[in-house]
Amino acid sequence: MKSVKVIVSFVLTLSLFSFPSSGFQSDELLLDDEEFGLEGSPRPRSPEPILTRSPPVTAPTRKRHSDLDSDSKIQFSLEHAFGDSDFSPAGTFSARLKTWSHGGQTLTKLRFSRNSFTDEDKEKFKNLLKSDDFYRIRIPSNVLNPPGRDFVISSVKARCLPREGLDEHFVIHMEGINVLAVNYGSPGSCPYPRNLKLPAKWSFNSHTVLKNSEQAPRAPVFTEEILGGENAEGEVVPPPERSFWAKYWMYLIPLGLIVMNAVTQAMNMPEEQATGQGQPGAVQRGPSPAARRR
Amino acid sequence: MAIRSFFVPFLLFALCFNSSLTPVLSLYEDQVGLMDWHQQYIGKVKQAVFSTQKTGRRRVIVSTEENVIASLDLRHGEIFWRHLLGSNDVIDGIDIGLGKYVITLSSGGSILRSWNLPDGQMVWESFLQGPKHSKSLLLVPTNLKIEKDNVIVVFSNGRLHAVSCIDGEVLWNKDFEAESFEVQQVIQPPGSDLIYVVGFAASSQFEMYQINARNGELLKHESETFSSGFFREVSLVSSETVAALDSTGSILLTISFQNGEISFQQTPISNLVEDSSGPAVIIPSSVPGIFAIKTNAITIFIRVIGKGKLEVVETTNHETAVSNALPISEGQQAFALVQHAGSEIHLAVKLAHDWDGNLLKESIKMDQQRGLVHKVFINNYIRTDRSHGFRVLIVMEDHSLLLLQQGAVVWSREDGLASIIDVTASELPVERDGVSVAKVEHNLFEWLKGHMLKLKGTLMLASPEDVAAIQSMRLKSSEKSKMTRDHNGFRKLLIVLTRAGKLFALHTGDGRIVWSHLLRSLHKSEACKSPIGLNMYQWQVPHHHALDENPSVLVISRCGPSSGAPGVLSFVDAYTGKELNSLSLVHAVVQVIPLPYTDSTEQRLHLLIDSDKHAHLYPKSSEALGIFKREFSNIYWYSVEELDGIIKGHALKCKCTGEVADEFCFDTRDLWSVVFPSESEKIIATVTRKSNEVVHTQAKVIADQDVMYKYISRNLLFVATVAPKGSGEIGSVTPEESWLVVYLIDTVTGRILHRVTHHGAQGPVHAVFSENWVVYHYFNLRAHRYEMSVIEIYDQSRADNKDVWKLVLGKHNLTSPISLFSRPEVITKSQSYFFTHSVKAIAVTSTAKGITSKQLLIGTIGDQVLALDKRFLDPRRSVNPTQAEKEEGIIPLTDSLPIIPQSYVTHALRVEGLRGILTVPAKLESTTLVFAHGVDLFFTQLAPSRTYDSLTEDFSYALLLLTIVALVAAIFVTWRLSERKELQDKWR
Repeated sequence: MKSVKVIVSFVLTLSLFSFPSSGFQSDELLLDDEEFGLEGSPRPRSPEPILTRSPPVTAPTRKRHSDLDSDSKIQFSLEHAFGDSDFSPAGTFSARLKTWSHGGQTLTKLRFSRNSFTDEDKEKFKNLLKSDDFYRIRIPSNVLNPPGRDFVISSVKARCLPREGLDEHFVIHMEGINVLAVNYGSPGSCPYPRNLKLPAKWSFNSHTVLKNSEQAPRAPVFTEEILGGENAEGEVVPPPERSFWAKYWMYLIPLGLIVMNAVTQAMNMPEEQATGQGQPGAVQRGPSPAARRR
Repeated sequence: MAIRSFFVPFLLFALCFNSSLTPVLSLYEDQVGLMDWHQQYIGKVKQAVFSTQKTGRRRVIVSTEENVIASLDLRHGEIFWRHLLGSNDVIDGIDIGLGKYVITLSSGGSILRSWNLPDGQMVWESFLQGPKHSKSLLLVPTNLKIEKDNVIVVFSNGRLHAVSCIDGEVLWNKDFEAESFEVQQVIQPPGSDLIYVVGFAASSQFEMYQINARNGELLKHESETFSSGFFREVSLVSSETVAALDSTGSILLTISFQNGEISFQQTPISNLVEDSSGPAVIIPSSVPGIFAIKTNAITIFIRVIGKGKLEVVETTNHETAVSNALPISEGQQAFALVQHAGSEIHLAVKLAHDWDGNLLKESIKMDQQRGLVHKVFINNYIRTDRSHGFRVLIVMEDHSLLLLQQGAVVWSREDGLASIIDVTASELPVERDGVSVAKVEHNLFEWLKGHMLKLKGTLMLASPEDVAAIQSMRLKSSEKSKMTRDHNGFRKLLIVLTRAGKLFALHTGDGRIVWSHLLRSLHKSEACKSPIGLNMYQWQVPHHHALDENPSVLVISRCGPSSGAPGVLSFVDAYTGKELNSLSLVHAVVQVIPLPYTDSTEQRLHLLIDSDKHAHLYPKSSEALGIFKREFSNIYWYSVEELDGIIKGHALKCKCTGEVADEFCFDTRDLWSVVFPSESEKIIATVTRKSNEVVHTQAKVIADQDVMYKYISRNLLFVATVAPKGSGEIGSVTPEESWLVVYLIDTVTGRILHRVTHHGAQGPVHAVFSENWVVYHYFNLRAHRYEMSVIEIYDQSRADNKDVWKLVLGKHNLTSPISLFSRPEVITKSQSYFFTHSVKAIAVTSTAKGITSKQLLIGTIGDQVLALDKRFLDPRRSVNPTQAEKEEGIIPLTDSLPIIPQSYVTHALRVEGLRGILTVPAKLESTTLVFAHGVDLFFTQLAPSRTYDSLTEDFSYALLLLTIVALVAAIFVTWRLSERKELQDKWR
């Protein structure tokens, strides 16, 4: 009975990768969660994500899987576009491709190196800032044979990026070796209305996060309780006994009033007898309370 | 003392009064029909068969395009019984066997069923298999018997079956293996034991098989080649002759196969008709000796005389429909011909061998809104003077069904309402002098009488007749069917668009049709061959400064089935049903985006996206353009390419750069894309919030006086994907191969806010999105049960605003504008529960201000609507909630969602073929209006938190008045009594 599974609700902030810590023992070959993200640490409620700087720091991984798992290095490129211009190379992601014994492949240890802006790029970017236009990036949707089916595109208003330098934040949603989506933007807020602000220095401050899908919490199964049989049934709490007052107040109040009425009458009776000695039996009831009260 | 003793009964009385005010959870029996109505339909009739036996004379059996077989009353058009077959069980043919069984062939000819004619009980069911897919034909010969067994002949799936009419047993069958053989007709000449199967092979060969009807033995097989090929259809002229067209549609062929000898007779159409042009098509009919062809707009009736000689009997350029032949007496067959002429239709019943003489000729005035006659079915009866009388059943373009007899429409059924595409609600006009359409006020005496009756009912003094009178009075309450706006907002117009391209306005009070209009723009025309109605949007909702205008709706339709076909817009007045304007567009309409801006006449701005990804602004006025230009950079939208598994986000770029200058056309650009890997994910459901939903509060106070802020964004999209393998039927994959991934995606930036995988789960997924939560329904393969999950999403960036002092001093960020380009800080909570039913549709109640708690409306597989409190789907439920949580209303966690029988909003009724549920807020905050549609329609009012803001409909004001009067009288009487008493005391 006590092994009723409790679904632990979990927290997901965008920069933070967390995974379910439910007690459910899945028989499915699950990928090692620790290898997924860069943060890696199982602290689902940590308020601040660990940021990776460019060149990024990856969480140390322990080699703890069978030798069948093999690693290989791969690279894929980031391309950018200013407004509606064509895409041009802007940087390179490099990662280790881990092949699991069951055939699945995942990326780990993502590193990112950003090409610095050329003068031409700076000029274009300044134009974007002036016109409050979009700065767009794209990466291939398949990292092994780019571009896969299509590029995944993301864009942000250029005015969201400049701070000290240019702050950017990538969240790459992966499914095996496929990139589902890349979310690109500033690591913090970008308040509206956006003000024109040129960056002090033209260097990128990049944060990258790799994300994989989480497992959904399972529906709670209360089978033990059912199997518990009589014991369980015995424990079914009878509906809490309501107090006497709660049950019968609607009868008690009128009753109280009647009693009060009777009591006042009874109290009047001796009085009446005292006063009305001259004419006994003339008035059956006592005098009206109104009269007495006067 | 008297006053004090009076107190007691008064108190008791007050208590009774209070308890009678407490609202009820569900409906009482006598409240059925007070606020709800239910209408039964069958859909567009495909085939009708009249029962000829004595007892069944009053009935007609119909099969419809909604896969309904029904038995209708010929006198009134009411439904005796009705069965809705599944959506993949399309009816191919119906007939009556032995005078008491209805035989239906369905599912591409693989299921043959027999139903009892009087009550619709199924008698037997046979599964007919065959080697290959083919046309399916059903033939019930009247006097073909094999060992006293009446026989049904079915050709389906490349096999000819003879089935016993009594028990559905297959007596014999015969395969037609020839690869290219396409069956056209199965003929059983009356009075013989032969069956002819005729058809085409390899498109240029005519094949004839002669089969012994007793044992299925092949007696003869002949084939003849016709070099220029055949054109699909054939028309049966006699039991041994068929008429066909060659592949160019210019030469008529009469093929006779008398005694097994096939002979062709060719007649060029130009020989028969002088000015024929263009290819002809055969109109399928089965009138002996006569067939009809159609070239361009001309219908030509041709008689076959003798050996393949043809004679034109009539050419007409009116729209014409012909019925099948009906044997009326020995050797005589009659048929009905309906022709349109202006606002009238001409009905003629003729004998097959005598074209010029009419048995019957009638002209009937026909409502223009019904369009053309599509089908005619003829039936005869014996008149009082013993002569033959005829009545015809006609199916109109708007899918309605009418019975014509003695030159009048006896009854009509609006069966177009069985196939609703889209629904929207419209307000009624405000009550002003001369506005009220229906005068239904009655005089004071009746009012008083009604209230006295009600009072009697309340005091339980009413006799059974009185009770009946009260009930009928309540049901007929004139208040609810008035044509003006009411204070509570219960009276509205439901505007529905049907598949036939007809708009109906239904009154929410009693469900009657206020107006109906067959859209001209959805009429077939030269420019637009096969228009399809797509959607409906509220174009103009006048309030405040534009109250004099009538509201109007925008109907979007398309010329043809492909998404690249040009679109058609029509604007329809919601009060009168008049088509105000219609525009044939040069571009396609792939997506319609109602923008949250209106111009000075309250016309809503709409952005139409075409197939070339250009955006077009409507209405095309400079004022609209001005408003649009101001918000130009704040307009974002998304598109879902389900086949490719790509979701894209778009924004506007600049004016169109085409050769034609169009200032209302804009180029677009892609901002983001999400590409689902095609080998592992396939999109099966996308859901967004309703654009007009009102959220009362952003904050949610939880048990320990803490506050959580809902993440309320209009730009959230729920997407569900499944493994491509698992997109089939439930049970077709193992749990290991199947998974369901759900996403919450921000549609402005393309951010994936939440992504979670359900392993071992499978679609179909039904979901509903409201406020900050989404509820979705799917199948759990591991648990072998349906499951429902809830995801709630909360905003963490505002979570610090808990300090009262911060709020007082204004140091909070609650009023600062939100930009979606900021990195969102959200948390999600989710939980899953088992649910017993599979689901056809999910909706959520919506109220005027969003204060009232929500209920999920679940359309169950049994075609009912179940109301489930949202509190059951609260991710904060736990097994043992704390006292504080209990007070907040959190229900202890259970593994499955309860189904309380009283919470079916459809109570005892069924909305057959349920497809959609629409909720419309009433003006009264506690109440929401619910409209469920499928083949049937159902409407009711719901109060998810009970009607806390009004007295119930049947509240007796008379009783209240009487009580007050009695109280006042009692006060006076007792006062007088006490006065007198006092006086007596003083005199003592």
